Amino acid sequence: MTISVKFFASLREQVGHGDASVDASDDLTVQQVWSDSCSITMPANTLCAVNMEYVDRFHPVNDGDEVAFFPPVTGG
Amino acid sequence: MTSEIRSRHFNPWEEVQRYQSDHIDAGKYGATASFIGSMRDFNEGDAVKTMTLEHYPGMTENYLDKICTEARQRWDIIDCLIIHRVGEVRPDDPIVVTVVWSAHRAAAFDACRYLMEELKSRAPFWKKESLASGERWVEKNSPG
Repeated sequence: MTISVKFFASLREQVGHGDASVDASDDLTVQQVWSDSCSITMPANTLCAVNMEYVDRFHPVNDGDEVAFFPPVTGG
Repeated sequence: MTSEIRSRHFNPWEEVQRYQSDHIDAGKYGATASFIGSMRDFNEGDAVKTMTLEHYPGMTENYLDKICTEARQRWDIIDCLIIHRVGEVRPDDPIVVTVVWSAHRAAAFDACRYLMEELKSRAPFWKKESLASGERWVEKNSPG
């Protein structure tokens, strides 16, 4: 009954870890997963994904989901 | 329609030639548009020694495939190819190649631009630069 959490790039360095897991619960949102998995405030430009699809921070999170947080992308 | 993440140096010209001879029917295409992005040795006024590209395995591939599919839906194109580097790159190294084959030039040009712009805004890659003074993350892409 857990949610897998990932942090990438500069956000991983700010948070201090790349992976975390949080307990699943009813009415869980992306924002709550952030609060449960690190101790800093989410930067305003943070991008969020659930199961590798972009979502906003109010998106619901279910047991077994993978939630990822990362800064603006800079590929290419 | 192919998208690939590479962790080693690649030669974009050879990749385009190989893909074309393996996947594109001779005589069916009249236009090939390609874009190659390479590493500069400067950024934001500073000399850059090397750069390390990180990505989100799984989501990156999903989004590159999604972008290719969208291009095929929006334009009348025959095929497209995206190759993108991860890991450490040095100045002059290719980072990305996007290629589109179509019967006529407008679709190839437009779809190739679309692949590149969408990749830059949606595919989860990040760059960290190594400078004489230390390392820094690239915080945003140039406007174009």
